[in-house]
Amino acid sequence: MPEQSPSPAPTVEQEPVVAGTQPLVLELPPTETDAKVEKSASKRLGLFGWVAIVWLALVTLSALLAPVLPVPAPDQHFIGHETEAISFAHPMGTDGTGQDMMARVIWGARASLLISVSSVVLGLILGGLLGLIAGYYRGKLDTFLTNLFNVFLAVPQLVLALALVAVFASDPAKVSSQFHWIVDWPVSQREFWLIISIGIVSIPIIGRIARASTLTWAQREFVLAARSMGAKNRRIMIRDVLPNVLPAMFSIALLGVAVVIVLEGGLSILGVGVPPSTPSWGNLIATGRNELTKIVGAAPQVILAPSVAIFLTVLALNYLGDVIRARFDVRESAI
Amino acid sequence: MRAVLQRLIQLLIVLVLVTIFCALLIDRVPGDVTYTLAPVATPQQRADLRHQLHLDKPVYVRYGEWVDGLVHGDLGCYYGTSGYSTASQCPDKVADRVKDALPISLALMVYAQVLALVLAIPLGVLTAYRAGSLFDKSVNTAAFALLAIPNFVLGLVLAYYVGSKLGWVEPTGWIPWGDDPVGHIKQAALPTISLAVGQVAVYMRLLRSDMIATLQEDFVTMARAKGLSPARILWRHALRPSSLTLLTVAGLNVGTLIGGAVVIENIFVIHGMGFLIADAIFRRQYVALQSYVAILAIGYVVVNFLVDILYAILDPRIRHARAVA
Repeated sequence: MPEQSPSPAPTVEQEPVVAGTQPLVLELPPTETDAKVEKSASKRLGLFGWVAIVWLALVTLSALLAPVLPVPAPDQHFIGHETEAISFAHPMGTDGTGQDMMARVIWGARASLLISVSSVVLGLILGGLLGLIAGYYRGKLDTFLTNLFNVFLAVPQLVLALALVAVFASDPAKVSSQFHWIVDWPVSQREFWLIISIGIVSIPIIGRIARASTLTWAQREFVLAARSMGAKNRRIMIRDVLPNVLPAMFSIALLGVAVVIVLEGGLSILGVGVPPSTPSWGNLIATGRNELTKIVGAAPQVILAPSVAIFLTVLALNYLGDVIRARFDVRESAI
Repeated sequence: MRAVLQRLIQLLIVLVLVTIFCALLIDRVPGDVTYTLAPVATPQQRADLRHQLHLDKPVYVRYGEWVDGLVHGDLGCYYGTSGYSTASQCPDKVADRVKDALPISLALMVYAQVLALVLAIPLGVLTAYRAGSLFDKSVNTAAFALLAIPNFVLGLVLAYYVGSKLGWVEPTGWIPWGDDPVGHIKQAALPTISLAVGQVAVYMRLLRSDMIATLQEDFVTMARAKGLSPARILWRHALRPSSLTLLTVAGLNVGTLIGGAVVIENIFVIHGMGFLIADAIFRRQYVALQSYVAILAIGYVVVNFLVDILYAILDPRIRHARAVA
């Protein structure tokens, strides 16, 4: 509870006056048109929602447990078994050099999830913070931050990410000496910069949504009440506004992870994704392209296996993001 | 008019910041950039290159020179691989490549945008008209599934099955309109479809939800009471007020479209801007990369500016609101 003011009576008297002069929720935020998401018809999870959760859990678990799962090493070459179709020994077939596709897809989930989740978390922390500040304090700071977001949004996302990665990680093998103290974990320089670059790209997108959501919540009665009880801005922001903004951010985070998985694939095709030595869903597709151009013995399963993995994961994330968004729709509950 | 002017100033500020970002990209290349651009060169040549890129001058001078070059169509050179280049002797100009590549990319993006809208508008209108029906539900489910297919996956699958397996078109390549119009359309079909499918889903869902809201307005009831046909109400009365969000998103989506085209061009080996970008990254030609990024970013900013203006023209309420304010 906030510090009790010595005389609560005056605040109670003042409240209607303030509330009367300041229309509370009348000022709507600039409409955040998110084309990808439309209010889902059902607000409950439903069968499909559970299937989505199970699939995501499966993907996450297999990514985490890849080293102990009973699958061959992703770089083990089965000589004489190149470009084999689906079989009992190789449930997703093998690629052109005889590597087991299922092992590669499972290991690929590791890199894809590592990059997408870390970069979205980075974007959530920084973008959420900036959006919260902009939406709460408004005024000049808000104008400045909104314009800053707009400048970053002025560059197409993929182009921005690719420019940043291409420039920063121009040498994929070398571990950056500058960031040696951060990158002590087993992440190559390219992956590190992918996370940073995609994180930077997602800051303005998440920031704008956090701002719009904060704008509506910061106008509500309980914020006014907290303020009149003498709560400090920081406390109101963290205790009153943030918990209400979080659901919107969480649904955006799920959609964001899906977008980043696809983005990493696009960057891989352009040659700036995860280096091929570490399988990721994106670079499996990018390197699998060569398999399709073979005149004899082309093996479409080489790109189909990671493609289906991406498709199902993105579908599940989109669906859950939609459900959460519909459930906590700010515009609905604000009235 | 004042709103337009205000938007114009905003546009200029954004342009300045975006160009600063692009101009200074090269500063962030780790190590000595001349070694990256031209791995084999004499010390004298390196010094010349540094001078030519204004790396020996303060940042603001470099930015000024870079913008000056951009405005005058000097987008830099390819160094190193095709022999040593200087400002006076530049056998492989970036600008020459852009001249060939930009129309191809533009054509691809325009085709994709048109195809997406042509498919999405009728679907959006009809699903809104029959909201809740089996047709509506199945179209929505299909759209939701399509949203989850990355364009490069669709591109590869189409190139492989339609191109290689069925042999209807060449799986890769691009035929200019001037050479063979029929071949051009056939060859552009697969990349256009790969780019457009995701957008169809976005636009359709958006138009549907706006249209459903519009159809509940009084003027629609009024039109219905007057006995107008549903087709006339849908297309003449309800579509225009429902299409505003669609228009904004179509403008914003140009960014997605640019990103998509960059990837799709590499899938289908189309020598557009995206192909040049991947090539520049591969050959580590960062001067060229800067120019390409700048061109795409500036194009995107300008398109969104134009959409904003168009928005005001289409919706009288906005014109009015701005005039009052």
